[in-house]
Amino acid sequence: MGASVRPSFSEGLGGEQGWPEALRGRGPQAVSGILTALRRAGLWSPRRQLLLATWQALSRALGTMDAESLLLSLELASGSGQGLSPDRRASLLTSLPLVKRDYRYDRVLFWGRILGLVADYYIAQGLSEDQLAPRKTLYSLNCMEWSLLPPATEEMMAQTSVVKGRFMGDPSHEYEHTELQKINEGGKVFEEEVVVQIKEETRLVSIIDQIDKAVAIIPRGALFKTPFGPIHVNRTFEGLSLSEAKKLSSYFHFREPVQLKNKTLLEKADLDPSLDFMDSLEHDIPKGSWSIQMERGNALVVLRSLLWPGLTFFHAPRTKNCGYIYVGTG
Amino acid sequence: MGDPPTDPEPPSQPPSSRRSSQVSQRRGLELSRPQPAFPEEAEQIPLDPSILQSNRGILASQANLQGWSLGASPTQQENLTMFQAEEAQLGGVEYPSPNMGFPSELQPQLYLEEGGIQATQNAGLMLQQLRRGQSNLFQQLESAYLETQPDLLGQFNMYQRDDLQFSQHEPYLRDEPTLQFSPSEPGFTPFTLEVPEREPLELAVQNAKAYLLQTSVSCSLSLYEHLANLLTKILDQRPEDPLSILESLNRTTQREWCHPKLDTLRDDPEMQPTYEMADRQKALFLRSGGGEGQQEMEEEVAETAVPNVMETAFYLEQAGVGLSSDESFRIFLALKQLVEQQPIHTCRFWGKILGLSRSYLVAEVSFREGEEEEGEEEAEEMMEGGEGMDAPDEEEGEEDEEKDTDIIPKPMWKPPPVIPREESRSGTNKYLYFVCTEPGRPWTRLPHVTPVQIVQARKIKKFFTGFLDAPVVSYPPFPGNEANYLRAQIARISAATHISPLGFYQFGEEEGDEEEEGGAGRDSYEENPDFEGIPVLELVDSTANWVHHAQHILPQGRCTWVNPLQKIEEEEELGEEEEKADEGMEGVEQEVGPPLLTPLSEDAEIMHMSPWTTRLSCSLCPQYSVAVVRSNLWPGAYAYASGKIWCEVHTHSTFHLDAMFSSEVLDLGFGFHHIYS
Repeated sequence: MGASVRPSFSEGLGGEQGWPEALRGRGPQAVSGILTALRRAGLWSPRRQLLLATWQALSRALGTMDAESLLLSLELASGSGQGLSPDRRASLLTSLPLVKRDYRYDRVLFWGRILGLVADYYIAQGLSEDQLAPRKTLYSLNCMEWSLLPPATEEMMAQTSVVKGRFMGDPSHEYEHTELQKINEGGKVFEEEVVVQIKEETRLVSIIDQIDKAVAIIPRGALFKTPFGPIHVNRTFEGLSLSEAKKLSSYFHFREPVQLKNKTLLEKADLDPSLDFMDSLEHDIPKGSWSIQMERGNALVVLRSLLWPGLTFFHAPRTKNCGYIYVGTG
Repeated sequence: MGDPPTDPEPPSQPPSSRRSSQVSQRRGLELSRPQPAFPEEAEQIPLDPSILQSNRGILASQANLQGWSLGASPTQQENLTMFQAEEAQLGGVEYPSPNMGFPSELQPQLYLEEGGIQATQNAGLMLQQLRRGQSNLFQQLESAYLETQPDLLGQFNMYQRDDLQFSQHEPYLRDEPTLQFSPSEPGFTPFTLEVPEREPLELAVQNAKAYLLQTSVSCSLSLYEHLANLLTKILDQRPEDPLSILESLNRTTQREWCHPKLDTLRDDPEMQPTYEMADRQKALFLRSGGGEGQQEMEEEVAETAVPNVMETAFYLEQAGVGLSSDESFRIFLALKQLVEQQPIHTCRFWGKILGLSRSYLVAEVSFREGEEEEGEEEAEEMMEGGEGMDAPDEEEGEEDEEKDTDIIPKPMWKPPPVIPREESRSGTNKYLYFVCTEPGRPWTRLPHVTPVQIVQARKIKKFFTGFLDAPVVSYPPFPGNEANYLRAQIARISAATHISPLGFYQFGEEEGDEEEEGGAGRDSYEENPDFEGIPVLELVDSTANWVHHAQHILPQGRCTWVNPLQKIEEEEELGEEEEKADEGMEGVEQEVGPPLLTPLSEDAEIMHMSPWTTRLSCSLCPQYSVAVVRSNLWPGAYAYASGKIWCEVHTHSTFHLDAMFSSEVLDLGFGFHHIYS
């Protein structure tokens, strides 16, 4: 089965540039496995053009579930058991480019899925040129109609930290939280129970922000900083080597650095300022909150966060493919 | 300054003779560069076509300037040669230099108009150049050539400047803007008519090249070669916006040349595990044993215990759950291998449990009748041996105590009576479980679970490391290692989440059971042959259409209740224990759980939400979609049903949502004893 599929596939590709880069470093089993998977998923014949476009775009694939490399990314991240059904995948592939066009984003990434009781939220993020600038978050209930979420503020975080329990799945749902507030009335101070309404949208925003700040990661070398300030995708990033891929220090938090300034001068001397401008995972608290696993022999490294269970980061060493997805209850 | 332009004589003969001599010298040096190659030089892209155009313009206009045009092209080529050697330092000189001289020179009208813009020093130059027959340029007043024409002049400028600099003993032309843009420098002496001889210039070029060809100490590569490689790479690959990634390209080229990857003798050590895994999985794909093809096919086509994993995976994919298809296929092959190795009656893929360094794939099997596992008997022997060991210890302890003068009061506490585990094929031990970490690796059998383990497992929350013999360090202490903990969790999950559509299973026709077993409920069911599927929409609407078909585990840790005290009376232990038993007979109540085949709607709520979520897999095509039920108690347990097909699977890292939900994150912190290596 693998032998019969492979030659026709490569013929179809005609040896375009994306092909060797995307599959470099993966064993023949994985390659035939991918091809088999694509064929079995029924994506082969009717959507061949789409596949070719996806493979071509793989050389530019980076980050969380880039809209162009969505299929492959979902395939690689599926080891955790949670994925997307085919109809959701198709809707995403259709709607994400439209979002990109409408909101004029540089890149649109599929962030993940938050499971609610009644319905699930599908979250996407739009990025501008500067990779570390605050991202715009959009959510959707059916992967077709996307709504922009407001950016997270401190106030929101404080407000929603009191809400516990699962997400309902209804964005207009309001959580009620009773608080004791001191009210001054004419010199007397007494406490009154005030019922505070917190909207689920606010909670969604703050949870996504927390997850991003805590566990969004990116391999070292995937982004680089120019002297002018903005941070660009490193197009010559060829992937981590296998020995590097197993170390926590080769992954960075995808956010503004917090601990970088606290490093000693000796440590800083070893850093390359154009590549090492974010916090690495080594010194994360709690210690041991990341689980590194190699799947398919050494062809895929999967990092799972234990702090936010449901976050999966995958990377195929020596290739550009990497990304993360969050599927969980928030 | 205001010298009138002289008449355009054709004084090209002398210069052309000079040019031809130069030409003869230069022809040896890559003179015959094909014209289309010119645009390849990036920095000359804007110049070359225009230079060519201007050349042709010159040709067209003046036929008797053959020498001129001949002179123009070789000089251009000379420029290119020099450009190659000196990395466009000279080319850079070309740009700005003509700007000064151009307007005054080409267009005498302009020159007169602009007046004192240009330097007096240039005037002499212009006159000479005019005299050299650039009169044709006067005719080209189009602005399009404004920028390009000067290039030809610029060449002359450059040569002039060469002489100047030579005279200053500087063999290199530096790209200093001051040199070009400040013609009013006092030191800027006028030029001679004679173009200097070629040797000093050539010498300069060769010096530059020799410098660049020096090999560096660390790597046997010279700067010249490195730059050539870099440019070759850029031109081959044509990345977008090469300027912004220049540093990365530089580093990559250096790495590539200094560290060649090919090593035909040795295998790449990093890829070794991949190849090993691939080898192992290849064994899965090959048919076992030689055998005649046809007979084997017949055997296999007959019913096997191996489940149709691919079909299950397909439906689960509709629900948005599950592993990728090739992974599912490999699991199928691994199950097939398991069925071949062990005497298995029924087999089912239970699910996948994620661990820290490795994950577990769990298969639920039941052995054929009469195939009592030997391992079980061994386990029982070991347990008895252990108990025998305990007794002599106690006796020794008593002797010691008698010897002591101070009699340490004996603790009054006796450990609670050990509740016996259930027999195999019943209750929690109804099925056997095999685990493996990846398809292709050997399957390991999990031991049966004891009630104590279940009770303790309810109290702790630990991650799995992926190694079955890892100790489980926790408080309260768990009796056993990771294999036991895994088995206990599997038992709890199965008991809570094995569900099926209403009516699929029905009770056997034995009516007297209820009274006999004291209300413990029936513990067997069978498939209902008359089952006609429930419509999908109904399955989604209410959870009453789904029932549990696994027995609920009592707080005791078993499915059927056993009075622990009765057991003690049967055993002959020390007399004290009998007394204790009498005293401790505190009316242990019988524990009752919900009977088999109770619908889901009767499950207790947790934190004000129902423990199950039902959904349609695809709202866009309800006629073909699948009803999906998701457990909120055990996140990761899914069941689907569509028509007559239903199944369930579990993929999770086993966290049970309980009333301690708010402190779940804290528990994670507490449970972090396993630091993966």
